[in-house]
Parts: sequence; structure tokens; C-alpha cells
Amino acid sequence: MSQAPFARRLLRITGMDELGAYRVLRIADPGGPEPEPGQFAMLAAAEHWGGGEDERPYLARAFSIARWREGEVHYLMEDVGPGTRRLCELRAGEEVWVLGPLGQGFAVPEDGRRALLVGGGVGIAPLAIWQDVLASEATVLLGFRDGPRAKGAALLRGARIATDDGSVGHHGPVTDLLVEDLERGAHATVYTCGPPRMLEAVRAMCAARGVPAQLALEAEMACGFGACYGCVVPRRGGGYLRVCVDGPVIDGAELEHIDAHAGAPA
Amino acid sequence: MSVELCGLKLAHPVINGSGTFDAIAARRAFGEAVDAEFPFAAYVSKTITLQARRGNPPPRLWEAPGGLVNSIGLPNRGLAGYIAEDLPELATLPVPVITNVMGSTAAEIAELVEACDARAEISAVELNVSCPNVNTGLDIGADPRQLEKVVRAVRPRIGKPLIVKLTPNAADVVACALAAETGGADAVSLINTLRALALEPVPRSGPSAPSSSRPWLGAGTGGLSGPAIRPVALAQVAAVAARVGIPTIGMGGVCSAAHARDLLDVGARLVAVGTESFRDPTAGAKIARELGFPLSPSPTPARPDAHEGEAPCRA
Repeated sequence: MSQAPFARRLLRITGMDELGAYRVLRIADPGGPEPEPGQFAMLAAAEHWGGGEDERPYLARAFSIARWREGEVHYLMEDVGPGTRRLCELRAGEEVWVLGPLGQGFAVPEDGRRALLVGGGVGIAPLAIWQDVLASEATVLLGFRDGPRAKGAALLRGARIATDDGSVGHHGPVTDLLVEDLERGAHATVYTCGPPRMLEAVRAMCAARGVPAQLALEAEMACGFGACYGCVVPRRGGGYLRVCVDGPVIDGAELEHIDAHAGAPA
Repeated sequence: MSVELCGLKLAHPVINGSGTFDAIAARRAFGEAVDAEFPFAAYVSKTITLQARRGNPPPRLWEAPGGLVNSIGLPNRGLAGYIAEDLPELATLPVPVITNVMGSTAAEIAELVEACDARAEISAVELNVSCPNVNTGLDIGADPRQLEKVVRAVRPRIGKPLIVKLTPNAADVVACALAAETGGADAVSLINTLRALALEPVPRSGPSAPSSSRPWLGAGTGGLSGPAIRPVALAQVAAVAARVGIPTIGMGGVCSAAHARDLLDVGARLVAVGTESFRDPTAGAKIARELGFPLSPSPTPARPDAHEGEAPCRA
């Protein structure tokens, strides 16, 4: 696990690129620690953080690290509420508070298994940095709601795409592609991130087939470093796991059913 | 320059609110820097109960205007687990450890404080009295007569400083503070979170669309913290500090040295930082520094046995 500097840091935005319905926020982080794929950071705009819809946002927002280049970190975002809206407004030259990298990342496949990456919507972000560092070529299956969102697939190489509205690629859920792929060969480790319903479907499919699955979870989170105990998910066998410090990447075998309500403040 | 609380010598007047900073998790996330630049002059543990608790079902958080409603449900390993697993690690922090405990009867609380009194790693105990009495259903800390009785019953069981964390969800907080003092508390801390409710959001198609009446938080209601409660905290701390003879630890929405100074100005001996640490884990250190105190933690944490035989602090 890469440890984070013990303080939120004020960092400068180098770019905010359009990617269909999404934005790629690029932040300069010279000398910052190299994140592990699957780790995340807490982001907040340096100015005008608050005073939006319902006087929010107040808390920083958790984002998976989508890409790391020497001195620059990329995040994928979608405007879905007052926090993400404010972040999406930011432009090169403005500043953000960054706390991270935080949490546990992905682990490499064992027993010579191939890597099978399954992403949904803005949740494809951690799979991009994971594809960058994986030693062997991964199979990539991505699902989106519609065409503008499907443009996000450009973040990864060689993706098979599914869309809910059929505008791009397979017409249906990305789990259709997963079933097809696992039928061709189940000697794989699945790495997945996306909306809770998709994650639950992927988790259940992998569990039924005995395929190891590592799930990058999202949860309402106030702090990101284990202080608030707000971001819990039920652990198989009882109790809860904190997504921020026990995850965000958690082995499917450790999880109970993923609640459709799980998610983050937007 | 240092600060004193009931015989504990502290490097500066900023500590953490119980349950808002997990030193063990912070070490995992940030490494040795947590100890080198520990943000608080004393470390207050999250609430420990006799039996282990898994906490409330999620969702546990709701972002409010200028604050946060939480319903965490006091997850903890239980007294035995805390002593066996957490305390050895907390004992190596560079600052004194204050253990926060909660029980639903005087007997339970007595057992908790006695166990803490026996541990050299613990310098003081804070009682969380925002717990319903198993018989009456009323929060112990909301009823001055009940509170005085409980504090009086547990007082002889502990030689170390005993802090009572008052609830703001009471008709007369000053009466509760005076009851804690009369019962034998060495200090009071306030405010805890304000009881709050958030409803499940529903898509609204128009002004006549039905709203939801289902609580969002898994346990129903929660507690509001953050900047939204700061003026309430200031009023309650000022009122209590003006009436009690024991030290007051003030907290509620402190984000800056100016906010901390306000609480100190109205009579608080120490201030605690809570929700702001979620946004910036080093907030406590920044506030202490801006108040003019050196950041370095106390070079010699007060010896936990230093209070044995001392009269309860009344200064």
C-alpha cells in the first residue's frame, strides 16, 4: 500500500479534458507518492467548496485514481451532484485539496490466471491505471448507460463495450459480456468497479463459478482514512468492513450482498 | 508553555473529539508521520462498551448544509478487546490516552471505569452519557438527577481524572453540567452531536410529487456535527463554563484557530476538534500552531499513575 502524506495538499490543476459525458481532471503532483492501482484520493476545490445546492458540498469527495504519469494524477468524473459539479467546473491553473493516495489497491492475478477487467460508468477509472501496470494483456469489458458515456471507454485499450440503450456495442448489461467471456475460459481473476447493482451481479456470477473477484467499492465516506466509520459494507460472516481502509478493493469472498443503495455523496 | 487538565500536562489545548480520529487507522494510512506530527495534545479513544458492538447498518452518513449527520452506532471491540488489541498500540502514541466509555447502567459504567483505572496506559476516562437508560429509555446525560446519581456511583471506582461528556440534547445543559460536578466529575466536555434526521431522497417530478418519509440513515436518527453546530456549541460551552467550578472541554464545529479561541475565550480549558479532522487529518495541529503553541507533542507524556492519591482537580 502506498502511504499518503499526512496532510491534505493544495495541488494545481493541469487540465480538465472532456471525455464524452465525463471529464478527466489532471492534477500536478510533483514528488507525490506513486499510487497503487485501485487506490483513491479525497478531493475538494480550494475555493467555493460549499454554497451550492442545499449549501453543499461540505465534505471532500472520494475518487479512484484513473491514471498516474510521472508528476501528474488523473481522475475521472461525472457531474452528478453539488460536489462533482463544482469539481467539474474547475479549469487548468486552479487548485484542489488532495488527501491521498489512500486505501488498498488491486492484487495481481494468482495461479497464472488472466486478468479480466469489468467496469461500469464512471467506475471504469481504477481499471485504467490497473491496465497500465498489469504485466500481461487484460480482457476489458465496459458497460455504459448511453453513447456519450460510452466515449469514456477511450480511457482503456481494447475494450468490448455494452450500453443500456444499445447505441454502442452490445445492447444490454456488461454482465452479458462477462458471462460470454467466462464461458470461453474461467481461469481468470475478475477486477471490477462500477455501480452497486453491476458490482453485485459480477460478485454473484464470479462466486457461483468459483472465479476470484476483486471489487473496487464506492461508499459514502466522510474522511477516507478510517476515522469516521461511515463507509462500511457488511462482511461475510458478520460485522462490517470499512471501504476506505479495508478497501476500496475488497475480495468478493469477503463480501455479503452489495446493497443497491451503496454509493457516495455526489 | 503547556496546558494542564486535572493534573495532566499537555503540550497545547487541542485534543480530538471522541470517535473522530482513529490513530491506529491513521498510522496505516499515513505511516510514521502521524506520531511525528500528532495533531492532538491528548488522544481520546472512540467510545468503548463492555460488549463488542458492530455498529449501525449503513447508510451511516448524510451530508448536511455545513455539516454531517452520522449514525455510526459506536462500533468497538468491547472492553476486553480494546485492552488486549487497541491499547498496546495506543500506548505508544506520543500523547496521553483518554479512554471514552459508555454503559447503560451505573454498574456497567463502574466496571468500565474500574478496568480503565487499572491500566497504566490510560491517563483519564471520559464518560459518554448519551446512552438511553435501559429502564427509563431517557438518555442518562439528559436527566440531571440520574446523571448525578451515576457519576456519584462510579466516582469512587476511579482515581484518574473523570470527564463527563455532556449531551446537548437536554432541556437544561447547565443543570446537567452542575449535576456531573456535584456527582464528582473532574471535568465536563461538550457538545456531543445534536440529534438529527435525514429523509431518503426521492426524485421529485414537481411540487406535488410525494416526498419520502423514510429515514435515510440505517438506524433512523443520527447526530449533527460540523460548522453548522458551532454557534450552539459556543452558547452551551459559555453557559456551562460560567457556572461550573471544574474545567470545561469545548467542542462543536471547530475548524480554525479563531473558532478554538472563541471557545477558550468563553471559558473552555481545552478545545476538541472533531468533524474538521475528517476533511483535514492535521487540522488539530494547524489550530494548535495558530494558537501559538509549539506543534511538538509533550516530550514526556504525563505518567498515568501520577494522579493516584491526588484530590480530584477542582481548579
